[in-house]
Amino acid sequence: MGVAGVIFDGLLALALVWLAWQATRAADLFHAVVSFIVFGLLMALAWVRLEAPDIALAEAAIGAGATGALLLSALDRLATRDGYHRVLYEPTTAWGFWIPAGGALLGGLTLAAWKLPAPGLGEEVLASLKLSGVDHPVTAVLLNFRALDTLLEIGVLLLAAVTIWSLGRAPSPLVPAMPSPALPALGRLLFPVFVLVAAYLLWRGSHAPGGAFPAGAVLGAGAILMLLAGARPWIRSSEHGPWRWILSLGLAMLLAAAVTGSLSGLAFFEYPRGAAGPMILLLEVAAGLSIALLLFALYLRGEPCEHGYREVGS
Amino acid sequence: MNTVQWIGGLLVFLGIPFFLLGTLGLLRFPDVYTRLHALAKADNVGLGLVCIGLGVQSGSVALLLKLILIWVLMLISSATVAGLIARTALARGLRPWGT
Repeated sequence: MGVAGVIFDGLLALALVWLAWQATRAADLFHAVVSFIVFGLLMALAWVRLEAPDIALAEAAIGAGATGALLLSALDRLATRDGYHRVLYEPTTAWGFWIPAGGALLGGLTLAAWKLPAPGLGEEVLASLKLSGVDHPVTAVLLNFRALDTLLEIGVLLLAAVTIWSLGRAPSPLVPAMPSPALPALGRLLFPVFVLVAAYLLWRGSHAPGGAFPAGAVLGAGAILMLLAGARPWIRSSEHGPWRWILSLGLAMLLAAAVTGSLSGLAFFEYPRGAAGPMILLLEVAAGLSIALLLFALYLRGEPCEHGYREVGS
Repeated sequence: MNTVQWIGGLLVFLGIPFFLLGTLGLLRFPDVYTRLHALAKADNVGLGLVCIGLGVQSGSVALLLKLILIWVLMLISSATVAGLIARTALARGLRPWGT
């Protein structure tokens, strides 16, 4: 890495710290949200610099894209004062506590990072890669060696969607103050591209950076764009039958894969010999679909209902 | 470096002033409409030159086409987003500068 690389990384690190400060301390909430979105984008760039394109894809799509859309639409529903979303911070007086506490946390984290085993587990993952059923180490870890972690992650997403839906009915979707014919056209034009990119990322996951999380995030973002462009969710029945199935498909399939191993005499989450590749692909498709619909379900900000939307007083 | 790489490098280099001028416009222009005008036009020309330059420099036709695809998608989304921001500003009663 040359001098230019060091300067770039230094500027990136400084910008991240500054944006994190802006996102938490800006007096105007809109300013804070925009700082958070830019923070997500620069974070994705930092992951690219750390040679982790998988995390970069997920960070850009979920951290900046989906979360950004969620925060902006939440902001639109808050009461404003003089057109600004003001936050009044109580000036803290406990600096005597916070500065040593922050310093101790930073020191502890530095020490923990310092003590990490030097080559990490990369060598061992590569040594067992042939047994995993896929050719990409990240996918092998996510859906084979540490599939339990993925199961729990999707469980957390499902829990978040259930919690949001249980808070009440979905408010009517936001529409632009002055409708533009370009937005529905953009939605119609780009949605096939979103589906194509998601399918490509999903397929690519077996041998290169990609997989269920980036694919699901891209597809979910496409669905959110369609909603913003005026499309309405196609299932309005009060039971949401098919919705519920797809929302829980990823978790159900991962659980089934885990338990099937135990029941047929293998270890928990052990795949049958020779069937690991197809099983991982199946799990990726199920998880990708679930993640896409879960992100969309989070964005609806409530349970979609048959009789239109909850009216929100302005 | 061979000729193709020189041409690629030159295209990337030509793209940089457009970014600089677009950013200058964003910082110095008086209202949201003129700022959008600077960003949506200058930056996209700069991005096109950088994308084509990097594609030419890579020496791979597939990579060049992928980078051009990225540029076209950026053109479509940036045109739409610029229009949406301007319409929202107009709907909220922000008058264009000088009217």
